Amino acid sequence: MKIGAPKERAPGEARVALTPESAQQIQKLGHECLIEAGAGVAAGFADAAYRDVGVSVVDDAEMLWKQADTVIKVREPSDEEAGRLHDGQTLISFFWPAQNEALLERCRASGATVVAMDMVPRISRAQKMDALSSTANIAGYRAVIEAGNQFGRFFTGQVTAAGKVPPAKVLVVGAGVAGLAAIGTATSLGAVVRAFDVRPEVAEQIESMGAEFLFLDFEDSQDGSESGGYAAPSSPEFREKQLACFREQAPEVDIVITTALIPGKPAPKLWLEDMVHAMKPGSVVVDLAAEKGGNCDLTVPDERIVTDNGVIVVGYTDFPSRMATQSSLLYATNIRHMLTDLTPEKDGVVNHNMEDDVIRGSTVTHAGEITFPPPPPKVKAIGASKPKPKEKEPTHEEKKAAEHAAFVSQTKRQVGMLVVGGALMWLLGQVAPASFMQHFIVFALACFVGFQVIWNVSHSLHTPLMAVTNAISGIVILGAVLQIGSGNWLVGLLASISVLIASINIVGGFQVTRRMLAMFQKS
Amino acid sequence: MLGQEVVSAAAIAASVLFILSLGGLSNQEKAKRAVWYGIVGMALGVGATMFGPGIGGYGWMIPMMLIGAAIGTVVARKVDMTEMPQLVAALHSFVGLAAVFVGWNADLERRRVLAAQLAESGTDGFSAFAATLASKTPAELTFLQVEVVLGVFIGAVTFTGSVIAFGKLAGKVDGKPRQFPGGHWLNAGAAILSLLLAIAYLNGAGFWTLLVLALLAFFIGWHLIMGIGGADMPVVVSMLNSYSGWAAAAIGFTLSNDLLIVTGALVGSSGAILSYIMCKAMNRNFINVILGGFGGSKGEAAEIEGEQVAIDTGGVASALNDADSVIIVPGYGMAVAQAQNAVSELTRKLRSAGKNVRFGIHPVAGRLPGHMNVLLAEARVPYDIVMEMDEINDDFAETDVVIVIGSNDIVNPAAQEDPASPIAGMPVLKVWEAKQVFVCKRGQGTGYSGIENPLFFKENTRMLFGDARSSIDSLVPMID
Repeated sequence: MKIGAPKERAPGEARVALTPESAQQIQKLGHECLIEAGAGVAAGFADAAYRDVGVSVVDDAEMLWKQADTVIKVREPSDEEAGRLHDGQTLISFFWPAQNEALLERCRASGATVVAMDMVPRISRAQKMDALSSTANIAGYRAVIEAGNQFGRFFTGQVTAAGKVPPAKVLVVGAGVAGLAAIGTATSLGAVVRAFDVRPEVAEQIESMGAEFLFLDFEDSQDGSESGGYAAPSSPEFREKQLACFREQAPEVDIVITTALIPGKPAPKLWLEDMVHAMKPGSVVVDLAAEKGGNCDLTVPDERIVTDNGVIVVGYTDFPSRMATQSSLLYATNIRHMLTDLTPEKDGVVNHNMEDDVIRGSTVTHAGEITFPPPPPKVKAIGASKPKPKEKEPTHEEKKAAEHAAFVSQTKRQVGMLVVGGALMWLLGQVAPASFMQHFIVFALACFVGFQVIWNVSHSLHTPLMAVTNAISGIVILGAVLQIGSGNWLVGLLASISVLIASINIVGGFQVTRRMLAMFQKS
Repeated sequence: MLGQEVVSAAAIAASVLFILSLGGLSNQEKAKRAVWYGIVGMALGVGATMFGPGIGGYGWMIPMMLIGAAIGTVVARKVDMTEMPQLVAALHSFVGLAAVFVGWNADLERRRVLAAQLAESGTDGFSAFAATLASKTPAELTFLQVEVVLGVFIGAVTFTGSVIAFGKLAGKVDGKPRQFPGGHWLNAGAAILSLLLAIAYLNGAGFWTLLVLALLAFFIGWHLIMGIGGADMPVVVSMLNSYSGWAAAAIGFTLSNDLLIVTGALVGSSGAILSYIMCKAMNRNFINVILGGFGGSKGEAAEIEGEQVAIDTGGVASALNDADSVIIVPGYGMAVAQAQNAVSELTRKLRSAGKNVRFGIHPVAGRLPGHMNVLLAEARVPYDIVMEMDEINDDFAETDVVIVIGSNDIVNPAAQEDPASPIAGMPVLKVWEAKQVFVCKRGQGTGYSGIENPLFFKENTRMLFGDARSSIDSLVPMID
């Protein structure tokens, strides 16, 4: 089949859905690759690079749309492009079917199959084609870089001959993929990072990236894992608490990166005007939700503004395109994985298997029907892990009381055992002859010493321990030695056999122990 | 001929040396010296007794010792480290059999001495043991009989038990638990019958009672160990180790020999502690292990969702190349596949690339306490990177890559997460906390306990199917 990638026509879009690297992989699936001339230039891939790996470069878009059986794109198709779709053709791109109903209807009418990369279900198997995550990752990284560009100071704290520089304080709101990427980037630049999210179960992830989680003590905190890893709108009481927490942070932080999105809804307003005014001059707010209206009151989409008190609010919406090479590489890999799933036999034949959770979930039109929204996937999304309730730290008195109780019960047990043991000894002494009791004392002491000594044996030496105890238990040879001189032939015979096998034990046991111990080498 | 004082002094010296020898095993360097204490102690004890008063029969004794020593040397030189469990079990059986023989002999001698005393023929011609017997009071002789019964019984159980354990470990006997219909009731019956025989013997019945008693004990040892599965062998071997000690101690009482008593007690307590450690590591009590495998599970184990994702060696290699810290968790499968040298080579390469490589050893990994440590030591893995479970369990969370080689139940998260699991509560190595886990395994089967391992279905787990040795071998050249 022919897989074709046209040039993106949307203004400001620099990405491309096919890279020379992904083309090679797609060809291995048995497909043929086409690209429109100049499609990769903005992302840093010249036509020659495509030709080198065997991709046919097609001169104009119309030809490409005609030839390709499957068209791969970044942005949803424009009206013109939708018009070019024909029956039996497959389109793979971002589509946003919920927001683009008219476009969806047009595509259905054309008879084409549309696979929306933004609809890939969030299950572990589909992570490799999750283009939203790979895009968000770039956006999060770029947001920090962009903030650094606007921010007049170092990220990392330094003590230089010219004076001391405090580290920049960064607040990340929303710890999704973008938020976590931002946290990672900012911490590795040396900033002090705090992060907030309405889902308390992400605290662990935030902390693992090296940021401090702003903990909101709220009874009814929601479990975001039930909504497929996205946050849901919160109650007014919760919102108030949350805003109060931000208000407290505003005068302190130098950089705020907001990434809060709720699927299918405008972005929640979280960084209000008064918070921006409370910030220090020169501080930066980067609003990654600008496209959906912004988390910050003052955000103007696609623009950078400076407020009266000198705070810079960045509302760019094209962060992925600002890193077109990286974005294209990742997106093209996502597309390639999708094609791999669509071509299970690797024979160049697309098998659109609507039974497959991932393919079914991301297909929005198929065979003249609208297949959106999809049924819930058979495999549950991200395993919901509830945060463990914090164990109460015992007070000093409680600790003391617990220790005392343990001590008392231990004493009771020991004394009890001593009493029982003593009573048994006394009973035994009543019947046993004195010579036996003498030996018994030796026996009891030896057991005691044995227990004390063996507990100190290192676990790693348990096998040598067994071998050495084996060797010394060959001491039963003494019994045989004492008896072998008996005049009785049967006694002599049995004793001889005992001497023989006990000798094997002694010599074999010691030698094998030495062999083993010699092998233990320090590095 | 040495006098009685010399013999006693040698016995005290030998006891002290044996204690030092066991105590020295607390660390690897001291242990190399400690084993010499044991050897010197044994030489002193045996030498002094041999040439002590009233010993004869050198014509038999010395050749037998030499033959035994020669066999012991050959076996110790030839044995593979993977065969250590079998060897240890086989050596236990010798102690058990010797104890049975010495016990029988003690009774034969007792009868002979009594007969001689009745006939009032002189006691001059008696050997060392018979001479001691002749000086005993009737009460002491009754006690001697109790000691003989104990020595013979424990020795006999140890003998057949060890033989079966040897067979199972060497693969000569089927490793699955097998029992006659009637199960442990048969054992209980045999034990009661033994008790009756012992009472009859104490009341003056003939030598045949001891013979039958030994036969019954042989049956108990055989039947008991037949009913225990292969993976419980660490406990069984430690238990038999302990029994061989108690048998020696019982014989020591019979012969009024303190050196035997001390040594027997040391070995007995050592085996008892090892069994205790092993049981604790499986979160099962001793009785449960000995009376037979895993009982019925307490409920339905939780369903596992997800799928096992396979990976090839190339994927593992690239993950290893990227990793800074690696922990390898070996299990019995590594011993079966003889993969320890390949693992050692891998470790060496990773370490020379500056990575922090360590080993996590579960107490019951393998078929013998400390089995994995010995195998790794043989393959020249330095012992200071081989960690115990408690030392390393908290470090998994900060580890990039964990490689699980041929172990299953000891890395099963169900033990901690699923209260209905048959192994619930067993301490396990928390490998799943690492960033990535690679499981090297022959196929998709379950572990010894027969339960699914949710680890294999975790998102950060990848399965490397195939023979452990060839997998690791093909992995080594890909590490740079």
